[in-house]
Amino acid sequence: MAVWANALIQGILLGGLYALFAAGLSLIFGIMRLVNLAHGDLIVLAAFIILTIATWLGLDPFAAMLAALPIMFVAGFALQHLLLNRTLGRDLLPPLLVTFGLSIIIENGLLELFSADSRRLHGGAIETTSFALGPDVAVGVVQLLTLASAVAVILALNVVFYRTALGRAFRATSDDLEIAQLMGIDHPRIFSLAMGLSFIVLTIAALYLGMHANFDPTIGPQRLLYAFEAVIVGGLGSFWGTLFGGIIIGIAQTIGAQLNPEWQILGGHVAFLAVLVFKPRGLFPRTTD
Amino acid sequence: MALLETRGLTAFYGDFQALYGIDTMLQAGETIAIIGANGAGKSTYLKSIAGLIRGAADSVRFEGAPIGATSAAEIMKRGIALVPEGRRLFPSLCVEENLLVGRYGREAPGPWSLGRIYELFPGIKTRRNSASTTLSGGEQQMVAIGRALISNPRVLLCDEISLGLAPIVVRALYEALRHIKAAGTSMILVEQDIAQAIKVSDRIYCFQEGRLSLSGRPSELSREQIHLAYFGT
Ligand SMILES: Nc1ncnc2c1ncn2[C@@H]1O[C@H](COP(=O)(O)OP(=O)(O)OP(=O)(O)O)[C@@H](O)[C@H]1O
Ligand SMILES: [Mg+2]
Repeated sequence: MAVWANALIQGILLGGLYALFAAGLSLIFGIMRLVNLAHGDLIVLAAFIILTIATWLGLDPFAAMLAALPIMFVAGFALQHLLLNRTLGRDLLPPLLVTFGLSIIIENGLLELFSADSRRLHGGAIETTSFALGPDVAVGVVQLLTLASAVAVILALNVVFYRTALGRAFRATSDDLEIAQLMGIDHPRIFSLAMGLSFIVLTIAALYLGMHANFDPTIGPQRLLYAFEAVIVGGLGSFWGTLFGGIIIGIAQTIGAQLNPEWQILGGHVAFLAVLVFKPRGLFPRTTD
Repeated sequence: MALLETRGLTAFYGDFQALYGIDTMLQAGETIAIIGANGAGKSTYLKSIAGLIRGAADSVRFEGAPIGATSAAEIMKRGIALVPEGRRLFPSLCVEENLLVGRYGREAPGPWSLGRIYELFPGIKTRRNSASTTLSGGEQQMVAIGRALISNPRVLLCDEISLGLAPIVVRALYEALRHIKAAGTSMILVEQDIAQAIKVSDRIYCFQEGRLSLSGRPSELSREQIHLAYFGT
C-alpha cells in the first residue's frame, strides 16, 4: 500500500514541474493561438542562463533565477516583437515552422557553447533534505518547492488575467481580435507582453528543471511533449486545468514507473491518450468556444 | 472645419469593390444617419472610418488629420468608437469587464463613466457580474453601446443597433442615443430602420451598391426621393 501512496505523492509533486513547463505554453496558446514548438528548448536555454549567472556571479540558483527574470522578459518581448508577430495571421503554418526552426537553432547553439555534457543547478543542502511522511513515504524539499511554485505561478497568472486591465485585454484579444483593436488594444504589443510573461514562467520552470535532474542541450523536445500533454489533458479552459493536467501526467508517470521502472514515460503517454479518447477537449475545456 | 470627413472613400474586399468614392461630412455635435439596403456598403463605410479596413490616408480626415491608413487601435485612442454590427461582446468577459475594456486604450475626461453608463442603462447594472452571453439581445446592445461610450469618444459610430430587437427595446435605445447626443457626442448611425434614424439625425446619407445615392436634411427629402435612393427603382 505504502509504495502506491508514495507513487501518488511523488506523482503529484512531479506534476508541479510539468505544470510549470506547461503554464507558459498554455498562456501563449490561449492568447494568440500560437503553438510555440521552441518552448522546451527555451526552458533549457533558460536553465543554461541561470547556470551561467550562478557560475559567474557565484550566486545560488534561486538568486540566479531572479536575476535572469528581467533578462528573459525582455528576450521574450523582443522575440515576439521582432519575429513571431510577423508570422501570425490566418495561416497556422508559418508560426509552427518558425518556432520549430528556433528550437533547432537554440539546441545547436547550446551544444556549440556548452557541449553535450550534462549539467545541474546545485541548490546546496535543500537538495538532500526531505520529510518523512510515513515509513516508506518521503517528500523532498525541492519537490515540495516545485509544487508550491507551480501553485504560486498559477495563482499569479490568475490574478493578472482576472484582476487587471492587462488581463482583460489579454482575454478580449483572445476572444475577438478585431473588436479588441476597436478598444484601443494594440494587439502586437499585447502579444509581446504575453510572450514576456511566458518567458518569466518558463525561467521559473527552468530553475526546477535544473534542480530536479541533469540537463543537457538536447532534452528540450521531451519537456515540450510533457508540457503539451499537460495542456491538452487540462483543457484550455483555465490555468488551474493546466496545473491539474500536469499532475495527472506526473501521477501517471510515477504509477507507470512503480509497475515497471521502464514504464515511467509510457505511463504519462497512456494517460494522455486515454484523456484524448474519452475527453478530446480535455478535462476543463473552455466554455465559450 | 468638419470634425470627420470622408473624401473619395473607396474600399475593397480582395478584388471586390464595396465602396466607390464616398464623400460625407460630420460636424461637431451633429448626428448623421447612413441608410441603404442590405449589401449597400454601410458597414464597410463604418469599418473604413474605424480603421478595420485601411485605405488611402487622405480618404478619411478626423479633426483635420488624415486617418485613412491609421490602425483601428490608434483611431480609437484619438476618439472614434464603433459599436459593431451584431454587438460582438467579449464572451469570456462579464458585463462590467466588457464595459471596462472599452477604456483600455483611451481614458479621456468627459460626461461618461461606468456610473453614468449604468444610469443610462439601469437594466444592465443589475447584471454587471453576469456572463455577457446570458443577456438578452437588447441588454447586449446596451453593453455594446456602453463599451464604446466609456472612453468618451468624440465620435460614436453605431452599426444597426436596432437589428433584431423588439420595437419597445429599439425605442429605449434611441432614447439613450438622444441623451448621448445631448451630452455632446457626435454620431454616425447606420440603420435599416429609416423611421428611427430620421428622427434623431440632422442629416442623412443614402447608399446604394457602394455609391452615395442621396443626401440631405430629413425635412428637405420626400418619401419618394428616399425610396428611390434606397431601392433604386
Ligand atoms: N468580408 C467580406 N468579404 C467580401 N465581401 C464582403 C465582406 N464584407 C462585406 N462584403 C460585401 O461588401 C458589400 C457591402 O457589404 P456591407 O457589409 O458593407 O453592407 P451593409 O450595407 O452593411 O449591409 P447590411 O445591411 O446587410 O449590413 C456586400 O456586397 C458584401 O457582400
Ligand atoms: Mg452592415
